[in-house]
Amino acid sequence: MRAAFFRALVRVAEERPDVHLIVGDIGFGAVEPYIIKFPDRFLNVGVAEQNLTGIAAGMALSGKTVFTYSIGNFPTLRCLEQIRNDVCYHRANVKIVAVGGGFAYGALGMTHHATEDLAILRALPEMTVIAPADPIEAECATEAVAAHSGPCYLRLGRAGEAVVHRSPIDFEIGKAIQVREGTDVTFISTGGLLGTALEVADALAEMGSEARVLSMHTVKPLDADAVLAAARDTRAIVTLEEHSVIGGLGSAVAEVLAEASDTHVSFKRLGVATGFSRIVGSQNWLRHHNGLSVEAVLQSVVPLLATSEAR
Amino acid sequence: MIHRAKSSHAGSALSMVELLVVLYNRILRIDPSRPDWPGRDRFLLSKGHACAGLYAVLSARGFFPAAWLNDFYKDSTPIAGHVTHGSIPGVEVSTGALGHGLAIGCGMALAGKRDGSTYRVFVLLSDGECDEGSTWEAALFAPHHRLNNLIAIVDYNKIQSLGTVKDVLDLEPFRKKWEAFGWATQEIDGHDLGQIERALEDTARESSRPTCIIAHTVKGKGIDFMENKLLWHYRSPDDQELRLALSQLESVE
Repeated sequence: MRAAFFRALVRVAEERPDVHLIVGDIGFGAVEPYIIKFPDRFLNVGVAEQNLTGIAAGMALSGKTVFTYSIGNFPTLRCLEQIRNDVCYHRANVKIVAVGGGFAYGALGMTHHATEDLAILRALPEMTVIAPADPIEAECATEAVAAHSGPCYLRLGRAGEAVVHRSPIDFEIGKAIQVREGTDVTFISTGGLLGTALEVADALAEMGSEARVLSMHTVKPLDADAVLAAARDTRAIVTLEEHSVIGGLGSAVAEVLAEASDTHVSFKRLGVATGFSRIVGSQNWLRHHNGLSVEAVLQSVVPLLATSEAR
Repeated sequence: MIHRAKSSHAGSALSMVELLVVLYNRILRIDPSRPDWPGRDRFLLSKGHACAGLYAVLSARGFFPAAWLNDFYKDSTPIAGHVTHGSIPGVEVSTGALGHGLAIGCGMALAGKRDGSTYRVFVLLSDGECDEGSTWEAALFAPHHRLNNLIAIVDYNKIQSLGTVKDVLDLEPFRKKWEAFGWATQEIDGHDLGQIERALEDTARESSRPTCIIAHTVKGKGIDFMENKLLWHYRSPDDQELRLALSQLESVE
């Protein structure tokens, strides 16, 4: 996703002289093509994320569209008040980009696990929150946030993820992408778990159940219509996110369902439920450890389907 | 205005009055009829709690009618108790959380340079907010990027929220710190109109460095029972105190 982001950013910057990129001393091996093309619209502020965000706000209030870029929690939590006051309140055209969402840097330890960012950024007024599923969505999302007026948070995975979308997508902020149709259960995933959702759906198909799969790349504003349609058309909804089950996609979907008067759909949030990972491992290992592998998701879903069938 | 609102921070507003008066009348390139004019100088009051002083000066300078000042702290009005951007002409950014202004100022100054604009950016900080690490992140940044169009002014009234700066978290040797970070640094009496004007005029001659003006001031300046009193970071003047304060200020004129 990282390469896809920079590819799209270079393209956007070619068309838009107002686009600037500021990094917090991060981006080795990725940011160079941008720097070579746009040295005058690049800035490395050093290891200083509060300054990074304040400067971005100041530049945006002077007419620029500013992308800030760093790893994991650094461009978000470290400078949260700058994001809230300087960026969001002023509706500044700042696009915060984090590489390493979820457990992308799993082995690096707790400091590098970004597992509350969606919840925290989602709570901020004016903020749009996007977690693309694969490199194709990441490219589309980069173009979309550049075109969008106002603060955005773009949560990327890392380098080298597989492409999940097999056909061209219609990417629009706030609109879920239906990747698979089904009437028994709906998987709503955000970020890099889309591939997992599709694999689970294939496994379920072999067992005789058809799953709808939605890529909910935009966590805020949430596509409530897609959620309500899933509640009408299918018997169960399962959310999947490489993020705490508190406050992120699962919570956002739950809010929609809880306020809808006419739905009786079974519902399950899958995500990080155990708090900090005090042990490390690869992204895949940590997914498995947190019940987010294909097998673990299947184990959660099969009983849910049985219950919803019994009603 | 503070009396009517029963609000705090009178002392913080009074220590910077002369700085604002000189800036808004002699230094800043502004046009009150066009507050969003792209070529304007930017003034950021990073010590947003002292907003009463800024609002009064903006109103006197013609950015908005003086009657608006009556709305300070009132229900359903935008005249908030910390500097708030959006509905008040002349206010560049909202502040109130300390340690934000200088970084935003760096961004505006850098954008101006990249655009080839000639506007300058003035940021007024409190001494207390020089406790914030974010202030020093920006202090490190500005000289490195040769932001000679950025001027930081510290209202060094020596009293912060819970005590004197010296007792809470000493900033000294303050001038040496700014100089060591690479700022062209001046120290002035922040109540001496002539010194303020000369110092601010000197900033235009800096070709590669940002300027820091350390303005030695007195919290609650001009009202004898407020001067150098921590209490007046918080207390709102009652009827009698207001009459006394106004009579002292009028006798100066």
